[in-house]
Amino acid sequence: MTNDKIIYATYDDDMTLLAGAKELVAKGVHIRDVFSPFPIHGLDPVIGIKQTRLAICAFIYGLVGLSLALAGMYYFMIVDWPMNIGGKPNNFFYQNIPAFVPISFEFTVLLAAHGMALTYFIRNWTLPGVTARNPYPETTNDRFVMEIHPSDFGMSVEDLTAELQKTGTILIEER
Amino acid sequence: MHQEAAIREPLILGEKSYSQITDDVLASVVGKANRSWWIAFGIAAVMAAWGIGCILYLLGTGIGTWGLNKTVGWAWDITNFVWWVGIGHAGTLISAVLLLFRQKWRMAINRSAEAMTIFAVMMAAVWPGIHMGRIWLAYFVFPLPNQFGSLWVNFNSPLLWDVFAISTYFSVSLVFWYIGLIPDFATIRDKVTQVVPKKVYTLLAFGWTGNAKAWNRFEEISLVLAGLATPLVFSVHSIVSMDFATSVIPGWHTTIFPPYFVSGAVFSGFAMVQTLLIIMRKVMNLENYITIKHIEYMNIVIIVTGSIVGVAYLTELFISWYSGVEYEAYAFINRATGPYWWSYWAMMTCNVVSPQVFWFKKLRTSIGFTFFMSIVVNIGMWFERFVIIVTSLHRDYLPSSWTMFHPTFVDIGCFIGTIGIFFVLFLLFSRFFPVLPLNELKTILKSSGEQYKKIETTTAEEH
Repeated sequence: MTNDKIIYATYDDDMTLLAGAKELVAKGVHIRDVFSPFPIHGLDPVIGIKQTRLAICAFIYGLVGLSLALAGMYYFMIVDWPMNIGGKPNNFFYQNIPAFVPISFEFTVLLAAHGMALTYFIRNWTLPGVTARNPYPETTNDRFVMEIHPSDFGMSVEDLTAELQKTGTILIEER
Repeated sequence: MHQEAAIREPLILGEKSYSQITDDVLASVVGKANRSWWIAFGIAAVMAAWGIGCILYLLGTGIGTWGLNKTVGWAWDITNFVWWVGIGHAGTLISAVLLLFRQKWRMAINRSAEAMTIFAVMMAAVWPGIHMGRIWLAYFVFPLPNQFGSLWVNFNSPLLWDVFAISTYFSVSLVFWYIGLIPDFATIRDKVTQVVPKKVYTLLAFGWTGNAKAWNRFEEISLVLAGLATPLVFSVHSIVSMDFATSVIPGWHTTIFPPYFVSGAVFSGFAMVQTLLIIMRKVMNLENYITIKHIEYMNIVIIVTGSIVGVAYLTELFISWYSGVEYEAYAFINRATGPYWWSYWAMMTCNVVSPQVFWFKKLRTSIGFTFFMSIVVNIGMWFERFVIIVTSLHRDYLPSSWTMFHPTFVDIGCFIGTIGIFFVLFLLFSRFFPVLPLNELKTILKSSGEQYKKIETTTAEEH
């Protein structure tokens, strides 16, 4: 048995794969990844995938946006060029805060959303020109595939194949 | 797995499997366009070409080619702007607000509604752009360092708030839409065989792989973007309404404007979604996904928002009398009985009276009637903006400057042009993009698919 063997086990149903994954994990199998045409709810804790921290990033980007908007408006309207609009001069920041609410809100959302989206693209490595890494083209249509590296947990390929066959897989391939 | 009550009507009809959903939606992308698509595209392209011609003439000659005069300085341009922005509200409302409320019926309609939103907001942005006259100076709306002694834009002005609101709304909606499209582009990429389409969809799919962690992030970003887009939807039209509400013009200077504009926007947006989807489900054979139930749900939203709009009209009318401000009272008497009475009553009939017929189940589940009503509502909502803008302006404080507004062929041409460009974009979308969110529909197949619900009901009866 060489160390770089990868086993791909294909299923034709998300629920069969989920049940199979639970059984395999209970027997000590480590599932590296699962490729599916849509999110399989309940799978992540089974195969040990942690909840993403993207939302925390979005919150931080939002705070940056809010600070930038307020700092910008303070500089433009109060410090650099205070305008007297309809007899209402812009001398004090606190007096102008109500007028600054809409843009502060919009800019917060702008940076939170776009910052989060960029982080998402980079973390997923989904960018224009990137090559897809799914093992079979069918995984974006109606097939659900587990990727297992037997060397991760020291099980022989034969034993693993036997275990996989019990879970209702329709195809096992070694690469 | 999520369980759904057996009595709830299925959202996906017929015997469908995961690959069947893919094939049904991709039929138009993989196959050739049919005759009706080409006819519609041809008409839209002619309208768009005429409109672009008018816009170029306008830019070359000047705003004087519009029917504006010194009393009515804002007319069809801003009417059309507000109309398009309003239409652009349904998409994000459907995809964001209904996502937060876990309304699964949104899945059949959110993709095309969002596309509609994006195209409608683009059409809206045309109007302030061309109204500037010198569109090449449009970058002046942004706070850029400049050579005029740091003359900044006015952050106290609702017109600038609008710049920020519309650009944020447009770009966030675009990103939200595209993130949802990526996994579906990957499905097309892995499905098509022709060389050029394969290359194009490979590029569009950004190398999407669909592994477990990517889906985990996908669900998180969808939820958070929905959370961010929800207040955004409400803020955009509130800010549009403040363009009017903060000015001291009778008929505009009212605090009711933000909620009134937002509900009007949702009302007209849903009507436009109905117009487009009723045609699309037929032409593209998507009756099993966009069902009568979906149409009924949207009609219920139309009744609710239409009634809010009706209450707002009547409140406005009452307050104009109750306030004791004679200018305010006159503005409303003039709207209802002045020379523009017909536009006021067209608005009242189309927006207040006609949606109430949807209380009859027979009518709100009738496809033909819904289509007719969706057109009526959009006409009514156009008149609403016309009434607010033109009838408030044409008789101002100085009776010697009272006048009427007469649109010229350029006014009409530019408006028809934006409708044409909008339909060109939407038809291209429906031809080359996955019009239903494949990945989302597949997640509800087992809980809301017709044949799965049948199995569930029969097993429940056996027990």
